[in-house]
Amino acid sequence: MEYFLTEDQKTMQNLARRIAEERILPVRAELDEKEEFPWEIIKDLADSDMFRVFIPEQYDGLGGGCLDLCLVVEELSRACSAVAVSYAAVDLGIIPLLDYGTEEQKQKYLPDVAAGKRLAAFALTEPTAGSDASAIRTTAEKVAGGYVLNGTKQFITNGGEAEIYTVIALTDRTKGARGASALIVEKDTPGFSFGKKEKKMGIRASATRELIFQNCLVPEENIIAREGMGFIIAMKLFDKSRPGIGAQAIGVAQGALEAAVDYARERIQFGHPIISLQAVQHMLADMATQVEAARALVYAAARMVDSGARNVSEESAMAKVFASDVAMKVTTDAVQILGGAGYMRDYPAEKMMRDAKITQIYEGTNQVLRNVIALELRKRKGKRA
Amino acid sequence: MNVIVCLKQVPGTTKVTIDPQTNTLVRQGIESITNPFDTYALEEGVRLRERYGGKVTAISMGPPQADTMLKDAISVGADDTALICDSALAGSDTWATAYVLARAAGEINEYDLIICGRQTLDGDTGQVGPEMAEMLGIPFIAYVSKIEEIENGRMQVQRMVEDGYETIETTLPAVITVVKEINVPRLPSLRGLARARSASIPVWKAEELGIDKNMVGLSGSATRVIRIFYPQRVSQAQIFEGSMEDKVDSLVEKLREAKLI
Repeated sequence: MEYFLTEDQKTMQNLARRIAEERILPVRAELDEKEEFPWEIIKDLADSDMFRVFIPEQYDGLGGGCLDLCLVVEELSRACSAVAVSYAAVDLGIIPLLDYGTEEQKQKYLPDVAAGKRLAAFALTEPTAGSDASAIRTTAEKVAGGYVLNGTKQFITNGGEAEIYTVIALTDRTKGARGASALIVEKDTPGFSFGKKEKKMGIRASATRELIFQNCLVPEENIIAREGMGFIIAMKLFDKSRPGIGAQAIGVAQGALEAAVDYARERIQFGHPIISLQAVQHMLADMATQVEAARALVYAAARMVDSGARNVSEESAMAKVFASDVAMKVTTDAVQILGGAGYMRDYPAEKMMRDAKITQIYEGTNQVLRNVIALELRKRKGKRA
Repeated sequence: MNVIVCLKQVPGTTKVTIDPQTNTLVRQGIESITNPFDTYALEEGVRLRERYGGKVTAISMGPPQADTMLKDAISVGADDTALICDSALAGSDTWATAYVLARAAGEINEYDLIICGRQTLDGDTGQVGPEMAEMLGIPFIAYVSKIEEIENGRMQVQRMVEDGYETIETTLPAVITVVKEINVPRLPSLRGLARARSASIPVWKAEELGIDKNMVGLSGSATRVIRIFYPQRVSQAQIFEGSMEDKVDSLVEKLREAKLI
C-alpha cells in the first residue's frame, strides 16, 4: 500500500529498519531472555538521531510529528517491541513538556533528550489507579520554593533508566481529578527512589518499575503549565500518543506475518511446503489484510494528530484498539502456523505473541478506549465524524 | 587531528565478470558498495575526530558513480570528500593508484594520519596503503587493531600479528591500514543523511593534482594481468564400500598411506 510518505519520512523509515535488522534482530532473543535494558541499542538510536525525530528544530530536533514517530516505532517493533516501547516512552515523557512547558523548561530538557543523552518517562498509574486514573493518591504539597511529593507510581515504562520523569500528582486533594498537576522530576532528586523492577510476560527487555517518592522536594519551576492541569495534560497526551502504540502493534504484527510466511514457505508436510495448503493461505491472507488495515488507520490517525486537530480522542483510540487487537490476533495465528516450532523460544513467533498482548492493555485498556469511542458516537448520534 | 580516509567502491556481489581485453573487472551495471574494510577505516577516522577534534576527509579514486559512496561517507561523519575521477586513470594498478592518492593527500596538505582498509574485496592485494606511505616518505603500520594514544605528534597503536599483537609507536603524519577488529562502524544519522543528500562531491582531475599521465592508467601501470581463471574443480572423493568394519579399516589404511595419521 502506498502511503505517500515524504522523502524525509522514507529516510527515517529506512534507517530505523536498518537499525532493527542490523542491531536489534541479532540480540532480541537474548535481551528477552535476560530481561536486560537495551542500552547499546538506545545508544545506536541516539547516534542515528532517532530521538531527534519528535523534537522541534529549535531544541536540536528534526521537527517531526506523530506520524514520523509511528514510522520509527513500527520498524523497531517489527524486530523487537521492547526496544520500540523504550524508545516511544521517551516521547510520552516529553509531550507534556512540548505542549505545555515553558521556554526555560524546554531549553533545559529537550536538547539532551534530542541527543539521546537523557531518556524520559511518564508516570500516572498507581497501585490504586489504573483505568480509573482519577484515583491517584500521590500528593504534591506546595511548600516554600516548590512541591513535596509523596506516594508510589506503578508500572512505569523506562522507570529507573530514564533521567527525566513527568509525574502526575495531586496538588489539591479536595478537588479530585481537577486537583492533579504535572511535575518534572529528575532522577537523583533526594527522596526519589525506585521500587521493584517488574517481571513481565512480554516486552521483557523494557524496564517497568515503581517510582517511590518520600518527601521528595521538587523545585517550583518544575510544574508544567499550572496547578490543576495534570489530568488534562495526561488526557491530551494519550490522545497524541495512542497512535504510537498502534504503530508498535502493527510492527509486531508485521514481524509475525513475515515469520509465518517464511516458515510456511520452508516447512514441508505431505510433500509440499505448507504455504501451498489453502487453510494456511487463507490465514496468511487474513493476517496481511488485517495488518494493512491497521496500518492505514494508525497512519491516518497520526496524520490527524499532526494536523493540529483539536479533538483526536476518538480517532486515536480507534487506531490503538484496532491495531492492538490485530496484533494479538496476527501474532497468535503466526504461532499457530509455525505449529510446534511456534511454541518454542528458538523461533520468534512466541515472543511476538507475548509482546503483542501489552498493546491491548497499556495507554488505556481496549475496553476503556471503546468507552471513549462510544461516548463520541453518542454525542453525534452515530453520524460520520 | 586531521585524518584522510581512503575509500574504494567495489562490486557488492561475487558474480563479477572480467573484461577479456584488459583482464580487469567489469564494473558497469553492477551494484557497488564501499569496500567493507574501508568502512572500519572511516569509522576510526570519525572516532579520532570525536576524540581529538580536527576533520575527516574521505577520498576515493574511481568512476563518477563513486560519489554515492562518498555521500555515504558524509552520512556517517566525514567532513570533506573528494573524488579523483579522470578517464586517464582507468586501469591503474596498485602502484598507479597509490601514486594518485599520494598526490591527492599532498593536495589536502594538512593531515596527521591517512587510514586505509587492510585490503579491498575485489583486488585483494593490500598494497595501496604501504605504497602510498612509501611515496609520501612517511611511516606505515599495517593491520592496526587499536589506536591507543596520540600525543605530541606521536601515535601508539596495536597491530595484529599471527599470534597476538604488537604495540608500535610512530611519529605523525603516518599511514595505517586497519583490520575489522578495530571498531564497529556506526550506522548513518538522520542529520548525516540530510547533509549527504545536499552535498556535492568535489571532483579532482588528474591535471589539477599535477599527475604525470605516463604513470597512471593501464599504460602507466607496471602490473600486467596475463590471465584470470577460476581454479579447476576436481573431485577426489573416494567412497568405501562394504561392512562398517571394512569401511573403517579401508579409511584408516588410506589415511596411513597419506601419512595423515
